[in-house]
Amino acid sequence: MSARPSALHECSVTELSTMLAAGDVSSTELTGHLLTRVAAKESLGSFLCGDPELALQHARESDERRTRGQMRGVLDGVPIAHKDIFVTTDFPSTAASKMLAGYRSPFDATVVAKLKAAGTVALGKLNCDEFAMGGSNENSSVRPALNPWDTSRIPGGSSGGSAVAVAARLIPAATGTDTGGSVRQPASLTGVTGIKPTYGRCSRYGMIAFASSLDQAGPIARSAQDCALLLNAMSGFDACDATSAQQPVPDFAAAVRVPREGTSAERPLAGLRIGLPQEFFGAAVATDVARAVRAALAELERLGASLVDVSLPRTELSIPVYYIIAPAEASSNLSRFDGVRYGHRAADYTDLLDMYRKSRSEGFGPEVKRRIMIGTYVLSHGYYDAYYLQAQKLRRMIADDFQAAFAHCDVIAGPVAPTVARKLGSQSDPVAEYLTDIFTLPASLAGLPGMSVPAGFGQAGMPVGLQLIGNYWQEAPLLHTAHAFQQATDFHLRVPQGF
Amino acid sequence: MALNPNDVSRIALLARLELQPSEQAAMLVQLNGFFDIVERMRAVDTTGVAPLYTPLSAVQDVALRLRDDAVTEVVEREVNQRSAPAVEAGFFLVPRVIE
Amino acid sequence: MSPPALTRGYEVVIGLETHTQLATVSKIFSGASTAFGASPNTQASAVDLALPGTLPVLNRGAVERAIRLGLAVGGAIAPLSIFARKNYFYPDLPKGYQISQYELPVVQGGTVEFHLAGVPHSVRLTRAHLEEDAGKSVHEGFEDCSGIDLNRAGTPLLEIVSEPDMRSSKEAVEYAKALHALVVWLDICDGNMQEGSFRCDANVSVRRPGAPYGTRREIKNLNSFRHMAQAIDFEVQWQIDQIEDGLQVHQATVLFDADTGETRAMRSKEDAHDYRYFPDPDLPPLVIEPAWIERVRGDMPELPRSMAGRFEREDGLAAADALVMTQSLAFARFYESVKAAGAPAKMAANWLMGEVSRRLNAEERGIESSPVAPETLAALIARIADGTVSNNGAKQVFDELWMFDPSRDAVVPGEVLTSSAPFSTDAATAEVDAVIAAKGLKQLSDSSELERIVDAVLAANPKSVDEYRAGKDKAFNALVGQAMKASKGSANPAQLGELLKKKLA
Repeated sequence: MSARPSALHECSVTELSTMLAAGDVSSTELTGHLLTRVAAKESLGSFLCGDPELALQHARESDERRTRGQMRGVLDGVPIAHKDIFVTTDFPSTAASKMLAGYRSPFDATVVAKLKAAGTVALGKLNCDEFAMGGSNENSSVRPALNPWDTSRIPGGSSGGSAVAVAARLIPAATGTDTGGSVRQPASLTGVTGIKPTYGRCSRYGMIAFASSLDQAGPIARSAQDCALLLNAMSGFDACDATSAQQPVPDFAAAVRVPREGTSAERPLAGLRIGLPQEFFGAAVATDVARAVRAALAELERLGASLVDVSLPRTELSIPVYYIIAPAEASSNLSRFDGVRYGHRAADYTDLLDMYRKSRSEGFGPEVKRRIMIGTYVLSHGYYDAYYLQAQKLRRMIADDFQAAFAHCDVIAGPVAPTVARKLGSQSDPVAEYLTDIFTLPASLAGLPGMSVPAGFGQAGMPVGLQLIGNYWQEAPLLHTAHAFQQATDFHLRVPQGF
Repeated sequence: MALNPNDVSRIALLARLELQPSEQAAMLVQLNGFFDIVERMRAVDTTGVAPLYTPLSAVQDVALRLRDDAVTEVVEREVNQRSAPAVEAGFFLVPRVIE
Repeated sequence: MSPPALTRGYEVVIGLETHTQLATVSKIFSGASTAFGASPNTQASAVDLALPGTLPVLNRGAVERAIRLGLAVGGAIAPLSIFARKNYFYPDLPKGYQISQYELPVVQGGTVEFHLAGVPHSVRLTRAHLEEDAGKSVHEGFEDCSGIDLNRAGTPLLEIVSEPDMRSSKEAVEYAKALHALVVWLDICDGNMQEGSFRCDANVSVRRPGAPYGTRREIKNLNSFRHMAQAIDFEVQWQIDQIEDGLQVHQATVLFDADTGETRAMRSKEDAHDYRYFPDPDLPPLVIEPAWIERVRGDMPELPRSMAGRFEREDGLAAADALVMTQSLAFARFYESVKAAGAPAKMAANWLMGEVSRRLNAEERGIESSPVAPETLAALIARIADGTVSNNGAKQVFDELWMFDPSRDAVVPGEVLTSSAPFSTDAATAEVDAVIAAKGLKQLSDSSELERIVDAVLAANPKSVDEYRAGKDKAFNALVGQAMKASKGSANPAQLGELLKKKLA
C-alpha cells in the first residue's frame, strides 16, 4: 500500500535505484536535492560534517558510469551517509568525541570501502553518542541529534544521527553500528528500519572499536527491502578482521522478494513460528509500547505466522553482564587515545603521566570516562574472576538460552525498547539509562542478528519498533518477515510532521 | 561491597584519567549504584560453564585465521602522522621519558 | 645434583626470561616489514601505530617458529592457545596494551641442556609465548623530550621463560649461550644481540641454603653475555649487602648500567603492575593441529642433541666432546666436512677443540669465518697420520695456514661449510705439503740416513751405552736426545726409538 512518493527525498533506495537506472533522475540531481535538505534541516544535528563538492563529484562520476553503461549495481549513485564511528578518507573521523576532533584517517573502513565500490555517494558523517557509548545521542561531544517526531525528544542511540537523517528523509539510508542495540533502538525510536547482522557478518576493520566482541555494523533505512540492499553491499569476509566470518553471503534482496515455500499472497508467513519470550512482555514494558507490539504480532499472525511462547530466563541478567563485558573491552580499546600519535593532547602538562591524564580527561566525555572506570575496575587485580570471567560465563548461558528457544521457533519477536523516546535531558541517572537496554542486549551478547521494524505509535504519537531476532546467519528470514509486514502496513512510510 | 574514594583514585590513575573532585564524588556514587545491579549477577552459579569470549563459539568451533608471512604494507609516514600532536624528524614527541 | 657453590654463604637463584625476535619478514600482526635500521616510523603501518579502526591478524610464520622451538626443547605445543591483552600505558606501546599470551601459552615445558666445566646442566623451561615487541624511545637530540620510533613495534617475539634453575652467573650465561645457539641453529632468530634480536631479563634472588626463595629483582634488557655476567654478579653482591646490613630486598625492575657496571631500579612503570590481562577479543583462540606440528617437525634440521648422540655413537666421541662439536650448526657442519675429507673423527674433534677453537676464541670469530677450510685441516691431519709431520710441526703448519691461507679473503660465512669448493682434497694436500716443505718440518723417515746418525751417536757416547746396558733407562733417553739433536729434530721419534733399541740389543 506504499503511496507513490511525491518528492525525491521520499523515495526509497529501491525506488531511487529503479529511477536512476531508467534515467528518470540523475545522481547529481538527486544528490543536489538531498544536500539542500541536509543544509535546511541542519538544526536536527544529524550530520557532523559533509563535503557537498566531493559528494556532487562522486554523483557526477556515477552518472558518467551510467551513461557508459558501467553501473556498479543497484546502489550506484544512491546518496547515503556514514555513522562517524567508521573511519573515512573523505571526511574527518571523530566518533563524536573531542578526543578525535578533526582526525583524518589514512584509510577507509572496509564497510565504507565496500559501499564506495558499490557506487554509493557519501554526503558526510553522522552524529552519534561519543565512541558509540549511549542510547540517547546526548553523549555526543558536539550536540545531541533531535528526534524529528518531536524535537524535544531523544532519537535514541548510539546511531542517533543515522536514524534521524533517515527518519527526516534527508537520506534514504545510512550506516550504523550496534554493540548493545545502537542500530535497533534509535531505529525504533524514530520509526525507521534497521538491522544488526550476525557478529562476523560485516567487517569491523575501520570501525572505531568500542567493545570488540560485540560491535557489528548494520544499515538503517526506511524498509526491510532497502536494508537488504545495503546489507548485501556491506557484508562479506574481510582478511583484515580476524573475527570476520568466512560465511557465504546470501542475496538478502532476493530473500526478501522470494516467497517462502507453501505460502500464499494472503498468508506470506504461513508456517513461520515466531517465538515470544515471556521476559520481553513483563512489567518492564510500558503499556503503550506493549499495545503497539501486540498489534504488530497480531498482524504477523494474520499473515500466517504462528506465535509460540518461549523463554529467555536470563534477560534481566544481560544488563550487568553486558555492562561488565562492554566497558572492560572499551577500557582497553580506548587506551590508544593517549595524545601521542593522534588525537587530543592537553595544552599544559608537567610530565608524561600528567600529559596522559590531562589529555584523556579533557578528550573524553563523562559517559566514556564512566565506562573506562568500570572496565578498568572489573579487570583489575583480584576482581577479574568475580566480574569479567563470571560475566563471560553468563554470556554463554544467555547464548544457550537462545538456542533452546530456537528449538521451538524460527524467529523471536518482542519490543526493542521499553518505552518510546523520552525527553532530552530527562535522565540524569546513567545506571537507570543502562536498564532501558534490556531487550537489545541479549541478542548482542549472543552475537545474533536482530532488527527493528516500525510497528506503530505509542504515547505522544511517538514511533514504536518491533524487534525481530534470528538465529546465527539467519538475517534473511528476519528481512523476509519484516518485508511481509511492511507490505501489509504503512508505519514505515509515515513521515514526521514537517519533513 | 562498596567502592571507596581511594578505589576511585586508584582506578583513575590506572586508566590515566584525572577526575576533578566533583567528578570524583559523582563517579563514586554512580559506580556503587552500578555495582548494586551487578551483585545479582555474581550470585548466579556458573560452575562448569565455559566463558564465551567470542560469540560464534556458542555454536561452532572458532579458530584463529592466520596470514602468510609477507610484507604487504606500504608505509606513508607523512600520511600516518598527519594528525600527530607533536612530530620531529619523523619521531613522535613526548615529554622526556625517564627510565 | 651437587650442592651449589655459595657466595658469601648465600645461594644464588636465577631465572631467565629471554625475548627472542623471530626472523619473519613481516610483523606479527601486520604486513609491515621487520627489517632493522629503517628511518623512524617508516616501517610502522596503521596497525602498528594503533590508528583508530585497525585490527590485528596473526602471522603464520611466527607461530611456525614457536612450534620449532617447542619441538627442539621437548616442550608441549598447546593444541589451543589464547592471546591476551597486557594493559599498561607507555609511549612505545601504541595500543596501550601489548598483545601477549598469558594463561595458555603456545609452548609449555621443555628443557635446555649445556655443559659447564664438563658438568652437564639441564634448565627447565616454564613456557614460551608469542607476543609483540614495543617501539623505541630515543632520548638524545630532543629538548626535554623523547622521540618515539615505532618501527620495532609489532616485531614478533617469542618470550622463553626458564624456571629459577640457575645458581650462578656462569650458569645463567651458559644457559643463555646454549639457548642462543639453539634459536640460531633452528633458524628462527638471527641471534644479533647488538640489534636486540636476543635480549634477556634476569630474575635474581639470594637465600641461605635450604631457606625459601628470597625476594627477586628483575634485571631488564641484558643484550650481551658479558653484561649479563657483570649485572648478575653486581646484583648478587648488592642483595647480600642489603641483607647483611639488615635491610630488605624489595621486588623491583632494575637496569644495568654498562658504564658503571652497576644495577639501579627503574623509575618508570611504577604503577604498571596491574596489567589487567584478559583474552584479546580481536583474536579467537590459536588452534595448532597435530598435522601442522608434524609438517614443522619434518622441515627442521637435525637437532644438536640427536647430532651429539650420533657423534658419540658413530664417531666414538666423549659426551663432552660431542657437545662441543654441536655448539652451533656451523661448528657441527665444519666437523662433518673435516671427516668427509678423510680425517679420522677423533683427530678432527681434537683439532677443532684445540688449535681451531684456540684461534677462533683469540680472534673472537665464528667458525663460519675460519680461514682454514675443513679440507685443508683434513689434509694436515692426514700428514700427521702418515708421519710426514709431527704433532708439534703440524701446529706450526696450522698457524701458517691460518695466517696465510689464500682463501682468507675468499671465505663467505656459511659457504665454505656446505661446499668443498674452492678446495679439492688434492689442492688442500698440495697446499699443506707446500707449507711443510717451506718450513722444513718434514720428518726424517729415511732408515739408512737414520742408521748413519744412530751409529755415529753410539760411537760418540760409549758411557751412555754402557750405562744403558747396565740397566739405566735414563741413558736411553740421553741417546735419543743426542740422535734427535744430530737430526736437527727432524727424525721420526718412533722410528728412531726402534732403531736405537735394535742396535743396543
